[in-house]
Amino acid sequence: MSSTTEIQGFSTESGSRRADRVRLFAQPAAVVVIVGLVLVWAFTRTNDSIEAESIQAGVLLDKTWEHVLITLVVAAIVVGIGVPLGMVLTRSWARPVAPLFIGIANIGQAAPALGVLVLFFLWTEWDGLWAAALPIAFYSLLPVLRNTIVGIQSVDPALVDAGKGIGMSSSGVLFRIEVPLAIPLILAGLRTSLVLAVGTATLAFFVNGGGLGELVDTGYKLNRVSVLVVGAVLAVGLALLVDWVGALLEEYLGPKGLS
Amino acid sequence: MAENVSGVEIQLENVTKRYPGTREPAVKDFTMTIPAGKIVILVGPSGCGKTTTMRMINRLIEPSSGRITIGGEDALKLNGDALRRKVGYAIQQAGLFPHFTVAQNIAVVPGLLDWDKKRISDRVDEMMDLVGLDPAVYRDRYPRQLSGGQQQRVGVARALAADPPVLLMDEPFGAVDPITRGNLQDELLRLQLELRKTIVFVTHDFDEAVKLGDKIAVLGDQSTIQQYDTPEAILANPANDMVAGFVGAGASLKQLTLLRVRDVDYHDDALTVVAPDSSPSDLRKRMTELGKTYALVLDARKRPQRWVHVRDLSTASTLATVGRPVGDMVSTQSTLQDALEAILSEGGNAVVTGSRGEYVGTIDINTVTDTIQQLREEHDAGSAAS
Repeated sequence: MSSTTEIQGFSTESGSRRADRVRLFAQPAAVVVIVGLVLVWAFTRTNDSIEAESIQAGVLLDKTWEHVLITLVVAAIVVGIGVPLGMVLTRSWARPVAPLFIGIANIGQAAPALGVLVLFFLWTEWDGLWAAALPIAFYSLLPVLRNTIVGIQSVDPALVDAGKGIGMSSSGVLFRIEVPLAIPLILAGLRTSLVLAVGTATLAFFVNGGGLGELVDTGYKLNRVSVLVVGAVLAVGLALLVDWVGALLEEYLGPKGLS
Repeated sequence: MAENVSGVEIQLENVTKRYPGTREPAVKDFTMTIPAGKIVILVGPSGCGKTTTMRMINRLIEPSSGRITIGGEDALKLNGDALRRKVGYAIQQAGLFPHFTVAQNIAVVPGLLDWDKKRISDRVDEMMDLVGLDPAVYRDRYPRQLSGGQQQRVGVARALAADPPVLLMDEPFGAVDPITRGNLQDELLRLQLELRKTIVFVTHDFDEAVKLGDKIAVLGDQSTIQQYDTPEAILANPANDMVAGFVGAGASLKQLTLLRVRDVDYHDDALTVVAPDSSPSDLRKRMTELGKTYALVLDARKRPQRWVHVRDLSTASTLATVGRPVGDMVSTQSTLQDALEAILSEGGNAVVTGSRGEYVGTIDINTVTDTIQQLREEHDAGSAAS
């Protein structure tokens, strides 16, 4: 990376707006159909006692909920740290240190997720939800941080000048002009972060954090393919749903009047 | 009109802007008084510091040294944000916030000044009416849904929303097509007749400066004032080669746009005759007595109709059809440029009419050249005396 703070943003722009609209309906429908078929298959086949212990509504709901919870906590941490940090790093007085923070976030993403998770566990000796959520948040922080910075930097300087020129304070310009106009990019970053988080949350069981990874692990270790498949398909379905929610947010939360 | 002036005087004294790491200041020792209620244009080549100078008035750029007072108040002692809320600011391409509606854009400064909702809403409607945008139609539109000219109008409305005594305009009409620009300029002049703000206007277009300015400051490098005077004076007598170069070719023609026919000594000695009251033979007799070869035929309401030559009259039976119809006419409100156009197309002599279209005189090429000559001499004498 160069020493300047010109950083490329993550973008989830794909194809035309019309294609996006179609995806908005097709994606959740596909998830429901696939997950439904797999569940029907898993519940109607003859399961042995080990399989039956995992493949029951209560357990699947528990594991899915744990997975969702990790994702939500990660999202909250990522937004709570990435967006304010990005805002601070675009202030003129903080420009010199921006590359340092971007560098740290880069390391977080470049390092293997499992490594970050295990190192954090060894360091803190915590286990459970927070032991999983914190390293996963570190791992998926970069897209939100980077897109917040890029989003704010790409606001037309003439608008910032106009805002200051008619008497807005610096914070007024930041919160009423720069951040709202950066929201589309911030949301695109959040969507990428969330998809990363859902995927990585399958590793949470290593630190006793629960989640759908546990089903995959059980199925693999005890050689029960049906448990493994149910866990994997639910994780994939959840990732697609989270991506879909991200798309919905991008569609409806962006500032009006831009298109 | 003096009691209607809502603008205040701006004074800049020895204002200098030096950027760190540069040897020469961007603006050097700038001193100028901008009279209350007038439009003062800062004009000069790119990079001469005219925008920097203007931006120091509302302290978007902090002066390195010097004094700036607005209406007697020391601008450098005020809080910068508070100062800028009292100084209107309009920029090129309007600088409207794309995620705000037209109404929200106009309401920004009143909102910053904590006006109550009702007052803001009324003010938004009032401002939209003022700049010629129907509130019912445009209030809730976003800037992207407006044409360039409409955006610029909203920009002006936003700058004026809190009724600031001073308005700074940074090449506001630079990015619109020439026709729209002309309309916006006319509208600014119309607004100014009503509002009488103190307007500081930056442009690099000298024609725009001549059209809008009560006074023009031609600036050179480091914002040094080459000449600060009325457009008439600058056109008649550029202070130095740099100003002359900036005024460009056609200074005399540009001067003609500043003068009205009513300001010059047009002739009122043409022989006129009211058609229904006279016959061709009577007119012929009068013309030979007075030694005139041409006469102007008027209708019952004294409006010019036809030019007749004395020899046309021998064969004519009525004055209503004799001679040739009067072509281009000018009114006393017309500019001398329009008059010159009429003189050229009429072949040496154009008819001047009053406010109801009645004959008041004629104007010819000598009147125009004498006027220009006289202006030059006046401004020469003026600059020699000072």
